[in-house]
Amino acid sequence: MSDPAMSLQEGPPAEQTEPAKDANRSLWGDAWYELKRNPIFWVASTMAIFVILLAVFPFLWTNADPSTCRLANSREKPSADHWFGYTFQGCDMWAKVVYGASKSLAVAALATTFTTIIGITMGTLAGFFPGWVDTIISRVTDIFFGLPFLLGAVVFLQLFQIRNVWTITTVLTLLGWTTLTRIMRGSVLSTKNKDYVDAARALGATNGHIVFKHILPNAIAPVFVLSTIALGGYIGAEATLTFLGVGFQQPNTTWGLLIQEGQPYALQGDPHLLVIPCAFVVVTVLAFILLGDALRDALDPRNR
Amino acid sequence: MGRYLARRLLQFIPVVVGTMFLLHYMTMLSIQFGGDPIRALFGDNPPPAQVIEAMRARFGLDNGCLEQKGNPCVGIFWDRMLQYLQFDFGINFRGREITDLVGERWPVTLRLTLIAIIFETIVGVILGVMAGLRKDKFVDNFVRFSTTLLIAFPTFVFGVIIQVLVALALGDWIKAQDYFPTWFKAMFTPVFLSDYPWLSLVIPGLVLGAFSLAAIARLTRTSLIENLRSDYVRTARAKGLAQRRVIGVHTLRNSLIPVVTYIGIDVGTLLGGALVTERIFNIPGVGGLVFQSVTQKDSTVVIAVVTMLTLVFLTANLIVDVFYAVLDPRIRYE
Amino acid sequence: MTETTIESKRGTENEVLANLPWDANAPLLEVDNLQVEFHTRDGVAKAINGVSFTLDAGETLGILGESGCGKSVTAQAIMGILDIPPAKITGGSIKLNGVDLLQLDEKTRRHVRANKIAIIFQDALSALNPVFTVGWQLAELYRKHSGASRAQAKAKAVDLLKLVRIPAAEQRVNAFPHQFSGGMRQRVMIAMALALEPDIIIADEPTTALDVTVQAQVMQLLADLQKSQNMGLILITHDMGVVADVVDKITVMYAGDAVERADVYQIYERPAHPYTKALLESIPRVDMKGQELAAIKGLPPPLTQLPPGCSFQPRCRFAKDRCTTEDPPLYDVPGNRKSACHYWEEVFNS
Ligand SMILES: Nc1ncnc2c1ncn2[C@@H]1O[C@H](COP(=O)(O)OP(=O)(O)OP(=O)(O)O)[C@@H](O)[C@H]1O
Ligand SMILES: [Mg+2]
Repeated sequence: MSDPAMSLQEGPPAEQTEPAKDANRSLWGDAWYELKRNPIFWVASTMAIFVILLAVFPFLWTNADPSTCRLANSREKPSADHWFGYTFQGCDMWAKVVYGASKSLAVAALATTFTTIIGITMGTLAGFFPGWVDTIISRVTDIFFGLPFLLGAVVFLQLFQIRNVWTITTVLTLLGWTTLTRIMRGSVLSTKNKDYVDAARALGATNGHIVFKHILPNAIAPVFVLSTIALGGYIGAEATLTFLGVGFQQPNTTWGLLIQEGQPYALQGDPHLLVIPCAFVVVTVLAFILLGDALRDALDPRNR
Repeated sequence: MGRYLARRLLQFIPVVVGTMFLLHYMTMLSIQFGGDPIRALFGDNPPPAQVIEAMRARFGLDNGCLEQKGNPCVGIFWDRMLQYLQFDFGINFRGREITDLVGERWPVTLRLTLIAIIFETIVGVILGVMAGLRKDKFVDNFVRFSTTLLIAFPTFVFGVIIQVLVALALGDWIKAQDYFPTWFKAMFTPVFLSDYPWLSLVIPGLVLGAFSLAAIARLTRTSLIENLRSDYVRTARAKGLAQRRVIGVHTLRNSLIPVVTYIGIDVGTLLGGALVTERIFNIPGVGGLVFQSVTQKDSTVVIAVVTMLTLVFLTANLIVDVFYAVLDPRIRYE
Repeated sequence: MTETTIESKRGTENEVLANLPWDANAPLLEVDNLQVEFHTRDGVAKAINGVSFTLDAGETLGILGESGCGKSVTAQAIMGILDIPPAKITGGSIKLNGVDLLQLDEKTRRHVRANKIAIIFQDALSALNPVFTVGWQLAELYRKHSGASRAQAKAKAVDLLKLVRIPAAEQRVNAFPHQFSGGMRQRVMIAMALALEPDIIIADEPTTALDVTVQAQVMQLLADLQKSQNMGLILITHDMGVVADVVDKITVMYAGDAVERADVYQIYERPAHPYTKALLESIPRVDMKGQELAAIKGLPPPLTQLPPGCSFQPRCRFAKDRCTTEDPPLYDVPGNRKSACHYWEEVFNS
């Protein structure tokens, strides 16, 4: 895995060709109109909402307590009563998976929020103020970009003795903000030269007004697309780091830990210990990728 | 071209130093906030204080600035850079030179990443071209569907599942058949075999390249579709050239430019992914070394090896940029 | 590669074309009732609805009309380089010396391009491939169509550059498109069109992307070459001023229709269609300085929803009830002209 958002970036950011005044409204309005008609959007949203509900209200989904485990049940295969079987320690797999969602999703949501905020801020600054502001931000971005995502994350995380949502989020944010910054910068640069921005400037609008009223609403679309996809990517990244032993540790419950725990037993003939948590990771990542794709198609006027 | 190369090289040096410093500073911060890695090494059962002190001194962790939270410790950075320049990357907690450890293992990782790059590029480009040429047809939908699915699989998830499915289930069946040659059986093992240094890396290599394969296929597809609409492709058709030439010469070359750039960035992804793949398939490569050191809490090794890999990544990007200029004259003459 | 193989290759190429039933007495190019549709998500756009004109050797035809009226689509249909789909040619014929190009298979059609009919696009920067040298792109025509060797083809490319008056052609031949100025690039496009000595050149707004001073030079070059090589030239433009000194006759297009056909002096003297009249009135003239330009009010109709009757009627000051219901045919106008207006006499005499 690399920085998830970057690998999925395709082609230049969506160009907005809409005319001046109601450019924003028609861009987002049209996007919503397109989204509504796209069945993939509905499937992906349903999947994403399901996972979010698992994470926020785990107790709604299972009566079993993920921490009451009986060794007697160890590695029990899925059955009619317990569709997902039992883990190695004899815990109910379904309860484990349900309760495992929250930490994974918390890290991903926080990392996405932070990288998006940083990316939009830095990208707008760099795009709007050519000269030394742009130079500094771009060079710093280059430097952070020089550190491969997963390698960097492993180095920093292994130095922490205790790793929790915040340490993992911090590291993911530190290594993940660059792509969004670059995209935002490019998008701002192309929006800045649009006629309606020139017009606003000619009418004596302040920089702040131009940025918030004219540039941001139009330039932000490609960032949202990528952030959505990145959210899925961070779920994968967190699970990967945990699997490598630098993410969450026992006795936490997360999908990455369940996979790590299940891997050796899968090789010995208990594939459900591995496949079930894997399926949850994949479905979640897939949901956000599809959402992002649908959003991109809806926002990209070239596809209309 | 000369001017471009000179400029690119001039940019390269500050980025290398900057990235090295970033790596260093974040390490310092982690130690300052996260605690002493030597103490962590021993867990609940620490040896006498002198032993710890001696070890600290030996690994340069006795520096006072490690106690001051937020201090970038420029002195330590400077010393480190000087050591790196002399190919001195330090020793592990057992006293072995880290360069020796890496020296033993890098050929394996090199082979693994080569397999991945070759596989992902060839298959990715072919899939992308097929999809792009038949936009919205069955092939295109199939490629889009399968690459989306592939991207949704984090490398480690894909790896463990492939290991169970192919290397074990299918592999056991293949091993039971007499008519398959041994080398073929070697390909379907869940672990690395030193007798088959290439073949037993094929499946791990495919796993490693899978994610990027999907990304390359999608990138090629978009870029091809975009170029097929371009004016110069229309010119090529107006010149009465055969369709094969219009696509093969006038469209493909331009479409592959972004793919080349991607492959440069992808070296970073693959080196990170090697950590995962080598752990899953028990491959004694550099990634396996990092993972092993993480488990043993030998952070000196982790930092040193990641530094080396980062340098490899930056150099690969430099090479790709040169290649990029060869492909695109607009860059070359800027 | 030896001379003989060149000849033999050239031979096969010419065979494809030579085997076609050319009719020396037929007009050089005869477009009859051409119809093109685009199948888009918003529905079927009727981009061309029955365009007809003829062109003879040594003649220059101007195609005039507002942006989006279908000039480029017409040109691309003649060249056979429309993207099918979304485009679809639904009717009509395009006859080159009596041979209907629309009936040819793609393989034969391909040889017609560049050998018989060549095109010059509007934006030379995007029309030239950025990753190959100009010389390579010119030489490719000789290598692929006449089987010339690399060296021969390159020598010919230098000759071509000299023909279009590019200074230091021997050096420039190795340069990339982005290293040329706009005017020079357009000359390269002209050279590319001339390379195989075609019978017809279609110039699709060849000068709109250029500075005014350069425009005149490029136009002049094109006109000179056309006269000296006795080619037919189709000059597409939306600028009435450009055509006056160069073209012999004019076809005016509006919303996919050819609404008026006449010789250039006739049109300038007495337009027979309200749209042509309005176009002429919108040309800024020296003696009109300070006066308001009589621009045409309103926009052309969307091609997906053409109104019944005459498509210009909503913007027409001569329009009557009949125009909203009855599609005007091409009426004969004295002087061997045509006009698609029910009330052409009124316009003619106004
Ligand atoms: N690929 C396409 N898909 C859909 N519609 C198209 C396509 N190409 C052209 N059209 C439609 O055909 C109509 C005619 O386009 P065309 O390019 O011929 O205009 P034009 O007269 O050359 O205008 P301009 O002066 O701007 O070059 C346009 O309204 C356009 O919407
Ligand atoms: Mg046009």
